[in-house]
Amino acid sequence: MNARGWVIALCSLLLGSAVAAQGFLGLGSDAEGFATPDPGTVLRFPRDYGAHPEFRIEWWYVTANMTGEDGQEYGLQWTLFRTALAPGQTDSWDSPQLWMGHAAITTRDTQFVAERRARGGIGQAGVTAQPFSAWIDDWQLSGADMGALRMTATGTDFSYDVSLLADGPIVLQGQDGYSVKSETGQASYYYSQPHYQLSGSLTLPSGPVAVTGQAWLDREWSSQPLASDQTGWDWFSLRFQDGAKLMGFQLRSTARAPYTVATWISPDGTPTTLPPGALAATPLRTTRVAGRDVPTEWRLQLPARDLDLTITPLNPQSWMSTSVAYWEGPVRASGSHPGRGYLEMTGYE
Amino acid sequence: MWVTGFWALISHWRRKPLQLLTLVTGLALATALWSGVQAINAQARASYDAAARSLGEVQLPQLIAQQGDSFDQGLYIALRRAGWQVSPVLEGRLDIAGQSYRLVGVDPLTAPEGMVPVAPAAAPDLTGFFTPPGQIFAAPETAGKLNGLATPVLVSDALAPGLLLSDIGIAQTLLNQPNRLSRLLVLPDQPRVQAPLTDIAPTLQLRAPQSGSDIAALTESFLLNLTAFGLLSFAVGLFIVHGAIGLAFEQRRAVFRTLRALGLPLHVLVTLIALELLALALLAGAIGMVLGYGIAAALLPDVAATLRGLYGAEVSGTLSLRASWWGAGMAIAVLGTAVAAAGAIWRVIRLPLLTPAQPRAWARAGEDRLWVLCAAAAALCALALAAWLLGTGLIAAFVLLGALLVAAALMLPVLLHLLLGLAAGLARGPLAQWFWADTRQQLPGLSLALMALLLALAANIGVSTMVSSFRLTFTGWLDQRLVSELYVTAGSDTQGSDLQAFLTPRADAVLPIWHLRTRVAGLPAQIYGVADHPTYRQNWPLLDAAPNAWDRVASGSGVLINEQLARRQALWVGDAIDLPGGWRADIAGVYSDYGNPEAQVLIGIAPLLRRYPQVEKRQFGVRIAPDLAPGLARALRDDFGLPADSIVDQAAIKAMSLQVFERTFTVTAALNVLTLSIAGFAILTSLLTLAAIRQPQLAPVWVLGLTRRRLAMLELARALMLALLTVLAAIPVGLLLAWLLLAVVNVEAFGWRLPMYLFPWDWIRLSALSLLAAVLAALWPARKLASTPPADLLKVFANER
Repeated sequence: MNARGWVIALCSLLLGSAVAAQGFLGLGSDAEGFATPDPGTVLRFPRDYGAHPEFRIEWWYVTANMTGEDGQEYGLQWTLFRTALAPGQTDSWDSPQLWMGHAAITTRDTQFVAERRARGGIGQAGVTAQPFSAWIDDWQLSGADMGALRMTATGTDFSYDVSLLADGPIVLQGQDGYSVKSETGQASYYYSQPHYQLSGSLTLPSGPVAVTGQAWLDREWSSQPLASDQTGWDWFSLRFQDGAKLMGFQLRSTARAPYTVATWISPDGTPTTLPPGALAATPLRTTRVAGRDVPTEWRLQLPARDLDLTITPLNPQSWMSTSVAYWEGPVRASGSHPGRGYLEMTGYE
Repeated sequence: MWVTGFWALISHWRRKPLQLLTLVTGLALATALWSGVQAINAQARASYDAAARSLGEVQLPQLIAQQGDSFDQGLYIALRRAGWQVSPVLEGRLDIAGQSYRLVGVDPLTAPEGMVPVAPAAAPDLTGFFTPPGQIFAAPETAGKLNGLATPVLVSDALAPGLLLSDIGIAQTLLNQPNRLSRLLVLPDQPRVQAPLTDIAPTLQLRAPQSGSDIAALTESFLLNLTAFGLLSFAVGLFIVHGAIGLAFEQRRAVFRTLRALGLPLHVLVTLIALELLALALLAGAIGMVLGYGIAAALLPDVAATLRGLYGAEVSGTLSLRASWWGAGMAIAVLGTAVAAAGAIWRVIRLPLLTPAQPRAWARAGEDRLWVLCAAAAALCALALAAWLLGTGLIAAFVLLGALLVAAALMLPVLLHLLLGLAAGLARGPLAQWFWADTRQQLPGLSLALMALLLALAANIGVSTMVSSFRLTFTGWLDQRLVSELYVTAGSDTQGSDLQAFLTPRADAVLPIWHLRTRVAGLPAQIYGVADHPTYRQNWPLLDAAPNAWDRVASGSGVLINEQLARRQALWVGDAIDLPGGWRADIAGVYSDYGNPEAQVLIGIAPLLRRYPQVEKRQFGVRIAPDLAPGLARALRDDFGLPADSIVDQAAIKAMSLQVFERTFTVTAALNVLTLSIAGFAILTSLLTLAAIRQPQLAPVWVLGLTRRRLAMLELARALMLALLTVLAAIPVGLLLAWLLLAVVNVEAFGWRLPMYLFPWDWIRLSALSLLAAVLAALWPARKLASTPPADLLKVFANER
């Protein structure tokens, strides 16, 4: 009797299983019955701040680079995942919507991690578009509108309570929010709000720390965003000292070269989607993390923008030891465009 | 050399197949009893473990309603949103095809890891589990009975029989409890900030984790009982093995000496003997395991019924074989043989090569040996005293019991030696003097078998006295307690009040029997409301009562509690007890309440309704002239429309209770018979051993003129006389055992103390049985003696021995 079976099965349904044939997190599985992204759809707000239960998966993903009053650098993560066993929702236990929350604080030497799970339909977790509120248990990301949010989370050994104020527009990724994920056409809806100024406080075992910094919200939903041969991704969000920003990721494949995507965001918030393959990401050094080798230093090249960067982590052990585990932590960029940002790497077994 | 030596050793068994049979039978019987009891225990334990594991809630603190047995789901959401990491559980009884099952609904997303079992291999299908009609998990045998259910049933080995597990949403639908929860499990990892409970859910209370499941603790005592029985059986069995191996060695002394004289090195001989014994032990052990399995399979349904009837604990009624059980059983057989053979092998090692290999009695009846026995018995008595004075709990009770029993057994040879000495002193005439002296000389060889008989008989008397005392008390108590002629149950509270209105003009009295399931002093408990009526005042058996106890109960200024609760919490008249809802009530009396594993509190119906208005108002006792009861029952069915199974008459309840009771002790009775027969077998092997080596002692008596027939009669008389003395010694030991069982073990195991009744007819019957066993065992050696060819007896005087 495998008691862990439930947890694993649960997570494979929440985020999919890590079976390579199905793509990382099962995101490559079939989209039977669910809606699929369509390039002609125009995203509308505030409607699209909220949940899309007709799609299989969705997330509200905030990462932040911060500096404390103690002069130390910190990273922060707040994520709400939604996954549906079937399209649609009800107001009771039989709702097919399931929710999972991840929260983390990264310091130079420690990664504080917490996870929450909830059934949909009973009020334990959910998202409303107007006024905006996303919550699971006592964690929340909410405000009168998306421009001013309060974000809280607690774990057994940490908590944070910060406010986010947007000083720039929302950025639609890909083709007006339609983001292609492979040569075979898998796609998702994807937009970001990379312009948040953050202030608030973290509470760590050593005590409270007042922090300020910048945060980046990613919103994405789909039903089948990965091709079946894709095993995971390496995702970068970077803010440069000149005010420009870069979102770039590569989807690794068992069958072909990685599929890379990048969006250049000018200081005024105007996005430019670069053609697939424009970005090159090369691992420079791996670190032994949780029993596996994870590339924690990268070289990023974007010749179209004369960009050549070395990406180094604040804490190479930024491991999210959640039921589906991955690497997520703050990084520093040096080279042609110095700056700070976040790196997420999934699918490293 | 090895091969030749081996064949020489083995040839003995070819010539004496009967001895081989005795040895193997003895060892097999001992193993069978031990392993049978262990198999039952293991099965029961595995069932509890499964139950405890699948509901791994007991190790967690829980939030429960301060009043009632459920609360609104909104409190769960409020707590989660205030930072409390809790997981919801809804539990209820689900009736399927006339049988009631315990349904537990859980939320696998938040449930603590390991609580929810699933079918192995197959990836759990969450969609199917969550989405109506959902899925129900059940143990294989339970799943087989769940027919005609709209919800698909899946099999899981990890669930206890009778337990159904489903998603919480599905459970709410099946139990018709929408948006209700029974309790919240407080998970181990709580966030560092959370709002206080009183701010979020003031109607809930935090219950500390239970040290173990209540049922498990109760049934543990029953299993310990069985284990004690198993050990006793094995001890008795060891006597047999010891006897059988002693016999085999005595008979083969000549062979050993010859082999050694022919040049077989000692280590080869000892190795060969050890190998031979190992082979025999494995063979006999395997036979014993098969027999043990048979015993377990035959008794398990009764054990399962007992545990269900007495404690409401479900034990799987089918036996599953466990590798550990086989291993332990065989190990016990081999170890038992080793222990029994160690002395014999030691003597082979020290076998003088050149002296005649004459068989001799195992030991001399030295006074020293008796002193050793006395000292050991005294030490055991001291241990018993220490357990009595210092120990608490069931283990101490069993230590006390075991130490006294073994001490009594050890004292038996001493006692017999003294008695025989006394008789020898009084004896007149050479034959009588020879008889007593010879008996005394044989005592060491027989004492092990006699001790086994003493133990078996004492256990028999003790247990049967306890069972009979219990039965007498129980039936008397049932007669007092079950006074209402009819017991009726309505389907709902509304039907309940209709029922009351229907019955009131037709019956002498309609007595509400309404109760609330809750916890009192940390124990699962029922709080019963009873009407102020002579039915109770006159009949309810009170063990301890304040003046005007019933007046105080009726007015609500006092409550009655059952004996189990009183003994466990040491609460008696004059003390106060905390009841749910913050009520601290004075105890006005204590009543006996046999057969109920739970704590019970009795209060007046008016105070019950005042304090706990949510109580279900469905059950009634009906007082009516007995000859009118069947007519009323018919009217309830035909005119009122109450289902037949909701009307139970007094006789039916009594019959049911007694049936549960009888099944409870079927197992002990069966084990008793087995132990006694094993003791008889021990006597047989001992006598056979002695018969074989006593020829040199009997031959001179025969030569002096006693016929073989007369000698055989004397042998028979001797066996009878020794058995009789043992039986006489066993009766007081058995009574002591009975008293300990009633006054100490019962209180620890069940929470009630029983008066002891004496049943001399039982003793006579058991004594007669034991004597019969002894005579039957002696008959065969005596017959052999009577038909020994005179030539054999004459050979004693020849040089060829």
